[in-house]
Amino acid sequence: MKNSFFITLLAFTFLFTLQSIAQDTRDLSPAELEKLYWDRIEEKLSIYTDADVKFMEDMIVHHSQALVMSQFAPTNGASEEVQVLAARIINAQLDEINIMQRWLLDRGLDAPNVEYNGIESTITMLQPAKKDDGAHMSDPMMDKDDAMMMHGDMDHDDMDHSEHDGMDHDEHDGMDHSMHMDHSDMVGMLSLEQLAELRDAQGPLFDELFLEYMIQHHTGAVVMVEELFSYDGAAQGVSTYKLASDIQVDQRTEIARMQQMLNERVVSSVDE
Amino acid sequence: MMNVKHTTSLFGAIVLAFTACTTQNSVSTVVLDSQDATYAAAPSITPLPLTAVERPSPDPREGLAPGMFDAEEAIWNLELVSNTPPPKEFVGSVSSDLAFKGNYVVQGNFNGVIIWDMSDPASPKLVNEYVCPASQSDVSVYGDLLFVSGEGLEGRLDCGTQGVQDRVSDERLRGIRIFDISDIENPAYVANVQTCRGSHTHSVLKDPNDDENIYIYVSGSSMVRPEEELPGCSAAMPDEDPNSALFRIEVIKVPLNAPEESAIVSSPRIFDDLAPPPSHEPSPEDVAKLERMRAEGKNVYLVREAGPWVGSVREVPDGLASRLLDMYKEEKAITGDPTEAQMVAFRESIGDLVYSMREEEEYGPNQCHDITLYPEIGLAGGACDGYGLLLDISDPVNPVRIDQVADENFSYWHNATFNNDGSKILFSDEWYGTKCRANDPYEWGANAIFTINEDRKLEFHSYYKMDAVQTEYEICVAHNGSLLPVPGRDIMIQSWYEGGVSLFDWTDPKNPVEIGFHDRGPMQIGNVGSGGSWSIYWYNGYLVNSEIYRGLDILALKANPFLTQNEIDASKTVVLDYLNVQGQPMYEWPATFALAKAYVDQLDRDPAVSEEMIQDLRAGIARAETSGDMKVLQDLAAKVSANASGAHADKMSQLAETLQTLAG
Repeated sequence: MKNSFFITLLAFTFLFTLQSIAQDTRDLSPAELEKLYWDRIEEKLSIYTDADVKFMEDMIVHHSQALVMSQFAPTNGASEEVQVLAARIINAQLDEINIMQRWLLDRGLDAPNVEYNGIESTITMLQPAKKDDGAHMSDPMMDKDDAMMMHGDMDHDDMDHSEHDGMDHDEHDGMDHSMHMDHSDMVGMLSLEQLAELRDAQGPLFDELFLEYMIQHHTGAVVMVEELFSYDGAAQGVSTYKLASDIQVDQRTEIARMQQMLNERVVSSVDE
Repeated sequence: MMNVKHTTSLFGAIVLAFTACTTQNSVSTVVLDSQDATYAAAPSITPLPLTAVERPSPDPREGLAPGMFDAEEAIWNLELVSNTPPPKEFVGSVSSDLAFKGNYVVQGNFNGVIIWDMSDPASPKLVNEYVCPASQSDVSVYGDLLFVSGEGLEGRLDCGTQGVQDRVSDERLRGIRIFDISDIENPAYVANVQTCRGSHTHSVLKDPNDDENIYIYVSGSSMVRPEEELPGCSAAMPDEDPNSALFRIEVIKVPLNAPEESAIVSSPRIFDDLAPPPSHEPSPEDVAKLERMRAEGKNVYLVREAGPWVGSVREVPDGLASRLLDMYKEEKAITGDPTEAQMVAFRESIGDLVYSMREEEEYGPNQCHDITLYPEIGLAGGACDGYGLLLDISDPVNPVRIDQVADENFSYWHNATFNNDGSKILFSDEWYGTKCRANDPYEWGANAIFTINEDRKLEFHSYYKMDAVQTEYEICVAHNGSLLPVPGRDIMIQSWYEGGVSLFDWTDPKNPVEIGFHDRGPMQIGNVGSGGSWSIYWYNGYLVNSEIYRGLDILALKANPFLTQNEIDASKTVVLDYLNVQGQPMYEWPATFALAKAYVDQLDRDPAVSEEMIQDLRAGIARAETSGDMKVLQDLAAKVSANASGAHADKMSQLAETLQTLAG
């Protein structure tokens, strides 16, 4: 035990001697620094796995459903408190959808973009910018007109995620997108029936359904992150890791808050 | 060369204060003779109350030109002394937290640690760039030791940059790295302490009663590593596995004379039963109500999770009830319409069915993001997921939770800062994203300010948010900051990612006021960057900013009516040997003329204190300082003591004490 400690120590000391030549950059111009920055970013972009890609694609679709759920709040007589929560969910998840789309596009991959008409969804694929115009990163919302239209029957009525298969995801040639769009095994997604129920609910009933279903929905996201973390080599990149960790933490926090709101609601409605 | 600006002499202004502005000396004074008119100089900048603060308008932080390393800048009441870009191996890699030892700054980075010598703040010298990737490389120092957090899956024991590809690996480091920095320019890696969830952040506790050990509180908010990788790690819920790595923090004991023997000594479950009492059992009244409603055919159950609602009756909405009924029918293999008897049995099972659908959501937070330890008052502030916790840390190994707060406006409790006397605490909400757009509510992603009452309970007062509108391309989030040692006031500098840094006064917990800022334009337009300020901390007269991609900024305070030169000078009399902001030190001010003058400036802001009194004080202090005549200080002290009443009694007493000590 002691021996291995000292061997390790020696190894570190050796490594350290190699590293200890400090390389100051203060003589570089802003343009030179920026070039160095982008070179580093490019290097890092190449580190990802199929599981990372599948996670991003799935989570975009997953988050998009939270948006449509939340968009019912103002018109369905939701309480002030639930409207605040819904606005907050829209705000946070739109940001994350943008980040995830950009993550895919920056790696030269197509990124799903989900649009809802009522509870019917259509998925288009955003395509990465050509890499010859000097642009470093693509605008996630670009080229909508060129995007390949996808048929989208988004019936995600499936609570069973025991056989989630995240690894057979090898199609990134931009040809066959339909394979990517099978999200029926995605945990936590509301069924069309549930979405319709939420769309038709009003007032206090809407509040309760919204909270119940959003807890279900968020729980799915937490499970998806756990699955991502269970793959060899997944979430090695700082951006993937941070995004996945943030999603996990945020959704857990929000689940707890929604649970609390449900409880408060019950007490006030039953004890009146 | 970056746009380095040189600071001008901070003391020039003081000289000016005594030579200029003698026009108001015609008012006769009570204790001083006429010759003191020479000394009775008003300050060159008249102190003004915070109610008079007017931020520059339009706010210069809005509409700044973008740039990775040449963005346009806006600054108010601060001075940028230097900006130094990151060393080569760290360009494009996220810089994180800061720790300080002597004249050195240790800057954490996801690629390792960067060590700067800030002896010349206008030109900090890079003394080491230590490549050793780990997120998020939270750093602390104590004595000859440097501690670095590793949480992500890519951290390697050998500091290699290749990551760790295997899900289970004996090459992975998640926990705390320990370095010997007796030669700080050449750290030696001496030990590791591996933890189940890694270390997102950590905080060093120097217990006033223990000089042989220090303690590290480890917060790891990420996944539990597989048991095959680190024996004993369990991600099961505590009721399934009492050894669960969830719902606990880790306390590492570091023997100072044998740091290689550092090890986890306790895993306090400070999150247990997080929701407050009264009860985990339903009251007979609630049980009776449940039965009554069931008899009416209602679909009801009792709330089970710990908290103020435990035992309350809850009715499920019809939509959910029909789903529960489907689940029930499937479980009991009922086909067709259930009989009345089956419906009765179903209603009695509703609670079980509801809770069978939820595995995690009935629990509160299971980890902290960061914990600020304040050993001098025996308290810590835990920023823990959906809660802010107040902990008693008088026994370092066994912290005890004494209060907790939650807030629906908060998304994620991120960090905490006490004021110096420990009567207040400020929690920050890391609502991550581009959260400073025009229509983002002020209360969301803000700081929340609490007082700590006599029963050591938290009482909420107000929110503070950096509220200059930022573009949709700028991540703008409340982040790390620290208290400045401005005597008699609670002033803090805080990071807001691309929202820049904000200097604000929260002495009045109900009315926090911004009194300074620095901001840069977005990293780029058209894409969300994630640069900006991660941590900015006061250290020995300067404000040191860890810029996520742009290196190290060093800023200085600029005198203004809301923070005078005397107050700045008094803050500079506090000199620390080292600083870990999450191991908050108690500031103590030696009795100096600067301190006395700072108090006088603060009394000058108070309309209840007469102008005559202020002039007497300024003249007397100036005379004593110039002539060395300490007798006058004694007279002043007596006079101030006699006037120490009303709202400013405390400040009067502090001034009297300072004058008395100066008089000898």
